[in-house]
Amino acid sequence: MVATPREAFWAYGVYAGLIVSLTLNARVPLRSLIRRLAIETPFLIFVVALPFLARGERIDVVGLSLSVEGLWGAWNILVKATLGAATVMLLASTTPITSILYGLQKLRVPSVIVAIAGFMIRYADVIASEMRRMKVGRQSRGYEPRVLWQVRALASSAGTLFIRSYERGERVHLAMMSRGYSGTMPELAAVEASPTDWLRAFLVPAVAAVICVLAWL
Amino acid sequence: MHIPDGFINAGTSAGAAVIAAGGVSVAVKKTSDYMEDKQVPLAGLTAAFVFAVQMLNFPVAAGTSGHLLGGALAAILVGPWAGALCVTVVLIVQAFFADGGITALGLNILDMSFITALGGYALFVGLRRVLPKQRWSIVIASGIAAGVSVVLSSLAFFVQFTVGGNVDLRLGSVLAAMVGVHTLVGVGEGVITAATVGLVLGVRPDLVYGARDLATRLELKPQVRTAGGLS
Repeated sequence: MVATPREAFWAYGVYAGLIVSLTLNARVPLRSLIRRLAIETPFLIFVVALPFLARGERIDVVGLSLSVEGLWGAWNILVKATLGAATVMLLASTTPITSILYGLQKLRVPSVIVAIAGFMIRYADVIASEMRRMKVGRQSRGYEPRVLWQVRALASSAGTLFIRSYERGERVHLAMMSRGYSGTMPELAAVEASPTDWLRAFLVPAVAAVICVLAWL
Repeated sequence: MHIPDGFINAGTSAGAAVIAAGGVSVAVKKTSDYMEDKQVPLAGLTAAFVFAVQMLNFPVAAGTSGHLLGGALAAILVGPWAGALCVTVVLIVQAFFADGGITALGLNILDMSFITALGGYALFVGLRRVLPKQRWSIVIASGIAAGVSVVLSSLAFFVQFTVGGNVDLRLGSVLAAMVGVHTLVGVGEGVITAATVGLVLGVRPDLVYGARDLATRLELKPQVRTAGGLS
């Protein structure tokens, strides 16, 4: 998708159609997908600024002088980022995180990385809630920082959070040792992909690749 | 801020991904050397910490706020390679929640993980050479290193943009905007990192990787009997 030329409007239409049909097929509500796309908002600001900032040939649109190159660039980033984000969200909302991790392992991502990522995901919520409780604590003491030199309390929270996380890591390690951990993680529930699974998995990327090639022709 | 899909062209992204993959394998090797079988739980929990700390917003100026990148902080606390590894894992997981594009993952890892952790740590070590061997100099060095690491990260983005930017912008103005904004963010990052390292130094100095040389060996002291004692 990223390699598709930006002039091929129809190709992006087909990509979008592909994602929408997958979404419907997976019974993921379209509205929740769209709402989650809000994560992109900071980039939209940059994208909107592009036509004004880029150089090159300029055209007049409703009284504003815009750069043609900037408009193309903005369109290019907008459509690719949005479609890319939508695809990933579809994956995240249809596939449990353990399956994604298992898939990564099968795809030869180093097992250490997969194991660390697994731990991070498992404990991210614990640590984040710990941080939220500290935030409630700070706020209930009337902490409302406005300027940078008031951030001392934030920093002590961060430091305390690090010590707690690290010590939790040490405890987890001891717990793992006492359960017979010897340096490698046990295999996650093994699922073998059958040839039909592979075929099904390759269907959509294959279609996308064909579109990309056609768009270049 | 994470680079989304399509921002930098496919060739540059692929090149960055190859470099990042090489860097990650070095980081895995280096951390397993000294963390041994503690590597997975400790790096996992530190990654969770980095993930949480990135949600900390601090005021920058006039109502705007930035959030911590945490690369230099992680590097000073757990070591440069382990820090880079943890931030990399955070970025990978964030990519699966659509924060930063999958195809831009290599670019993001280089900018936000390797540049901030390794670059920041190198700077930290350099500063410690010139500063006296004291606790406060660790705090100062970590603050400056963290602040500059953010600007370095924005410079790395600028290099990538120059090589493979999908838009023809005036490079000078991109540079000015990136460095300008990130200098402000860097000041915040520096102040918070310094104060955080200071706190950890005060409570658990043995946990600060960057201050291992200051650690004093524990020694046995003769038993002290209290006058009255418990009966």
